[in-house]
Amino acid sequence: MFEKIWDAHVVHREEGKPSLLYVDLHLVHEVTSAQAFEGLRLAGRSVRRPDLTIATVDHNVPTTDRGLPIRDEMSRKQIEALKSNCEEFGIQLYGMESDRQGIVHVIGPELGYTRPGLVIVCGDSHTSTHGAFGAFAMPVGTSQVEHVLATQCLVQAKLKTMEVLVEGALPAGVTAKDIILGIIGRIGVDGAVGHVIEFAGEAIRALSMEGRMTVCNMSIEAGARVGMIAPDETTFEYVRGRPYAPKDEDWDAAVEAWRGLRTDPGAAFDKSVVIDAAELEPYVTWGTNPGMVVPVTGRVPDPASFSSPADRAAAEQALVYMDLKPGTLIQDIRPDRVFIGSCTNARIEDLRAAAEIVRGRKTHEDVRAMVVPGSTRVKLQAEQEGLDKIFSEAGFEWREAGCSMCLGMNPDILAPGERCASTSNRNFEGRQGKGGRTHLVSPQMAAAAAIAGRFVDIREWEVA
Amino acid sequence: MEPFKKTTGIVAPLDRLNVDTDSIVPARFLKRIEMEGWGETLFFDWRFLPDGRPNPEFVLNTPGYKDASILVVGRNFGSGSSREHAVWALKQYGFRAIIAPSLADIFHKNCFENGFVPVFLPEERIRELMRKAKEGPGCVLTVDLERCEVWDEEGFRSTFVVHHDPETHEFRRLTLLNGLDEIALTLQQGEKIGDFESKRPGWLTRAGSEK
Repeated sequence: MFEKIWDAHVVHREEGKPSLLYVDLHLVHEVTSAQAFEGLRLAGRSVRRPDLTIATVDHNVPTTDRGLPIRDEMSRKQIEALKSNCEEFGIQLYGMESDRQGIVHVIGPELGYTRPGLVIVCGDSHTSTHGAFGAFAMPVGTSQVEHVLATQCLVQAKLKTMEVLVEGALPAGVTAKDIILGIIGRIGVDGAVGHVIEFAGEAIRALSMEGRMTVCNMSIEAGARVGMIAPDETTFEYVRGRPYAPKDEDWDAAVEAWRGLRTDPGAAFDKSVVIDAAELEPYVTWGTNPGMVVPVTGRVPDPASFSSPADRAAAEQALVYMDLKPGTLIQDIRPDRVFIGSCTNARIEDLRAAAEIVRGRKTHEDVRAMVVPGSTRVKLQAEQEGLDKIFSEAGFEWREAGCSMCLGMNPDILAPGERCASTSNRNFEGRQGKGGRTHLVSPQMAAAAAIAGRFVDIREWEVA
Repeated sequence: MEPFKKTTGIVAPLDRLNVDTDSIVPARFLKRIEMEGWGETLFFDWRFLPDGRPNPEFVLNTPGYKDASILVVGRNFGSGSSREHAVWALKQYGFRAIIAPSLADIFHKNCFENGFVPVFLPEERIRELMRKAKEGPGCVLTVDLERCEVWDEEGFRSTFVVHHDPETHEFRRLTLLNGLDEIALTLQQGEKIGDFESKRPGWLTRAGSEK
């Protein structure tokens, strides 16, 4: 699949050099674009295809009342800079006031911009999310954002390929998030460096598009810039009828082309990993990267159990930062905060699944919990379904859409020492606020932790 | 981009695995829209204590390492967020090159975009260099990109690559040596890009315009 998309997008190739690849869709947000637009201006360059470029504000935006001015002056300036850059260069912007605003990796798919077979780039490491549609979606830095704005092309050497087969059916209570945490735990945070991951197998096929997005989203947490899933009927059904999806006879032509993107039987990969879905469990991270993960039934590992001195030192540093002792039962860990949000797990199905756990209960008295929908559309849909009431009545804060406490660029941050059960993607030191401690989990596990005041095995949870 | 041929400088050791870009430049600093001023944000939460004083435990606060221009690090440095600010911060702080057994992919690419030289050495040579650099700020190394060699005055010498793929290594070595502007190079292919655009199927070019 990767090869087919690659070959269809090579604009130019010279012996001994990386290829020039055409970019079908460029997603832009406020944080990694300001210096790129400034670079264009300094060099007197224009945006080649503003019609293939869309922008939104997500990283910085407050998740409280949107009617009020942004209090943080630097955030406000950055958001205003994107607005004026989009006006100057003729780019469609879904701004704070738009009902299509949201996390860039949530709105691309929900508006039908993200489609199979496309080359998509964005100045954000979770661009791999769009690979769930069988697109080649690659994160880039600000210099490359500028490059794509100016040329609509990407200079890129071909990547190696890695197949991750998740065979068999997923056990009850085990989610897409657990699949990807389980994979990262197995191959490590640099297990797929230099590779495109192609996720396949029965358990992947059985996932909804939203579940597939969760899996592809965290490819970068295994070191891969790109994660992909071959498109199928599930994909086509998701895309059909969305605002920017092909219509009428164009739709038929598109689906015919997309069917050709199936991975050929016996396709060769540079690396292969097979995982038995039946062995996967609900996971909780204990350390300071997503590879430091154990099943919810497990214990915080003893650094002495790691064979290499470097890994042992890393585990020791992580335990000091996380203020955990080796051997502690995961289910004895008590979060102060719960965050349901981020481009990994803040789509409507995530919110429904979490609401199902929360319905008719109250958050634990020691826990402050928050739901931040992935987009304004997700928020409105959830409100239509009454999910906001379920969360609010249980004591959760119901917020406006954005990246929020996934990375703590807006006022939603952990205080030093606070411990958070989070549906986001990174448990790095300080990721959710300086000194904050993050445990990555699925939306269901986060919701249950908010109620119980400690991590619990969701497989034993009784829905009210 | 400024060309890079050779640099000689003090080596600072950062003996940690998987150092992520959130640790290199914490997210709260990313609100700035300027191109300059990133050096002061480098490793901020490691360099400074909660009360704002320099953390005496952190390597770059040890006298002698302050003027280091070469950083030697553990596996998978630069993981996580794509923020190019991480490379801007290292460069603007005063580093010219980074020596690693491996780098995370996006960070690695961002190095090339900024004339910041990634030096890949085998693990055992990294361990040797890490040991020497940790003994004190006296480890002075030369990184020579024309010869693809690093050496010191005490007999340490090794060849290196800037990328593990030989073709990419050679291409990137030349762009770093010549400080080439990649956008200008691609713009020279304008005609080919136009040809490619004109051959795209109708259903593809029409999609994306709401009907």
